[in-house]
Amino acid sequence: QGKFTLLRDTRTDGSFLVHHFLSFYLRAGCKVCFVALLQSFSHYSIVAQKLGVSLAAAKERGQLVFLEGLKSCLDLLFGEEEQPGQPSPLQFLSTSDLRALFDLVRMSLTPTDGDSWKGPVLLVDDLSVLLSLGAAPVAVLDFIHYCRVAVCCQLQGNIVVLVHSNEDSEDEENELVVNSLCHHSDLILWAEGLATGFCKDVHGQIKIIQRLSLRQAAEQDLVQIYQYKIQDRNVTFFARGLSAAVL
Amino acid sequence: LVFTEEDTYGLYSNLVFKYFLAEGVVCGHDLFVASAKEHPDNILKELPAPLLDDTYGKELGDEAAALKSGDFQDSMKIAWRYQNLPKMEASPTTYTKFGHYYDVSKKMSPELCRSVKWHSFYLHEESSLEPRMKAWSMNSGYARLLQSIQKIISQEGFDGSDPQKKQRNVLRIGIQSLGSVLWGDDICCSDTPEDPHSLTKFLYALRGLLRKSLSACIITVPAHLIQNKAIMERVTNLSDVVVGLESFIGSERETNPLYKDYHGKFHL
Repeated sequence: QGKFTLLRDTRTDGSFLVHHFLSFYLRAGCKVCFVALLQSFSHYSIVAQKLGVSLAAAKERGQLVFLEGLKSCLDLLFGEEEQPGQPSPLQFLSTSDLRALFDLVRMSLTPTDGDSWKGPVLLVDDLSVLLSLGAAPVAVLDFIHYCRVAVCCQLQGNIVVLVHSNEDSEDEENELVVNSLCHHSDLILWAEGLATGFCKDVHGQIKIIQRLSLRQAAEQDLVQIYQYKIQDRNVTFFARGLSAAVL
Repeated sequence: LVFTEEDTYGLYSNLVFKYFLAEGVVCGHDLFVASAKEHPDNILKELPAPLLDDTYGKELGDEAAALKSGDFQDSMKIAWRYQNLPKMEASPTTYTKFGHYYDVSKKMSPELCRSVKWHSFYLHEESSLEPRMKAWSMNSGYARLLQSIQKIISQEGFDGSDPQKKQRNVLRIGIQSLGSVLWGDDICCSDTPEDPHSLTKFLYALRGLLRKSLSACIITVPAHLIQNKAIMERVTNLSDVVVGLESFIGSERETNPLYKDYHGKFHL
């Protein structure tokens, strides 16, 4: 409860972690607010179905609040004039102000009477897109901070956020956001592509960093490294160098 | 969304661009061509001619025979295999074969070109910005292009908005040299451009439009001219496929014996 998990990918696509957390929390009976900026609803829906969860049904029963970034962007640009009382959550496209997005998150996760869901969860895929859309890095960090206070502290919920990063990246704004988030996360799952390039049996390496040093002064962070292979319905993890192809 | 980084002189990226459009003509897809550099009419006149697909096996056989007999025609045949990208719904028709062969030395016949419906966008001939688009805070060239694409998608029913239309077709969009100075964007001129987010905002909105409709898009960008590499990284994250073309013309690799059989490198 009240944990902030950072998903990070380098040289590879870490979205399999997003799909995992989405179906994991839905199956656990949590109320989920999913800010899906990168792909369409049907994309996530198809993958979730393979993992045994129906996003449409979850939406219907009020368990899932799905913000489809691509669709909201089009509505904002090409839709009717917006009503004054209801700013679009993506209005930062023109105003660089992420407050409307935060309001959406807070409103959707605040429990209402009659809600029987266990713990609220905020899931974001992915935060780096906000920078591409004109938000300043400080604004993005403020947004996450506000979300943490609202979701982790006040509502005892969890937050899972995906960011991209690159070695030798020239995108300083992105590096700033990623480094700052790393310092404040309870758990970091870092998916990296193999340094040696593409391999059929090992899709990448994942570093799991449990930030014990955040909670206890003298503790050291626990780092575990595994390699993984993504299959149709699940992901297999194994110790480095011990993939099924080698053994 | 196929994103192509142009090679230094734009020769090969132009070729890739034309192949994409030619494949559209041969498959009977609608085309949308946008450019600020060349008039789309001219681009469409220069598409390579397809080899008749039923006989391409025979053509290769003929080619082999011709080689042996010594009257080898100096033409380049390249096999091009790629798949249409289905978006919201799967393609209504299944293709038994992917890709066709093209002959670059011959131009596509005008009758074949005219057999498909095509739309063009030539920046310098387009009308000026509509007032509501000013609120988008995006470069006006990109904003007009976006508006044009959205209009075609909804008018021609590529987004499934017209239930009467039984035969659903795919729209192939080709955008040439996006980000260059001709579009009014200064990311190719300076390290700290005036509006570094215009291109990425445009791509995000375009991605939304593509996901919502039966369309596929290829964009070529003079990446070697863009000073701010952060923009290129962000653009890469927003695309589905990124292709980098690095030609050897004019560089020291042209004379390197290791590369003598090749014209350039293809990064995927």
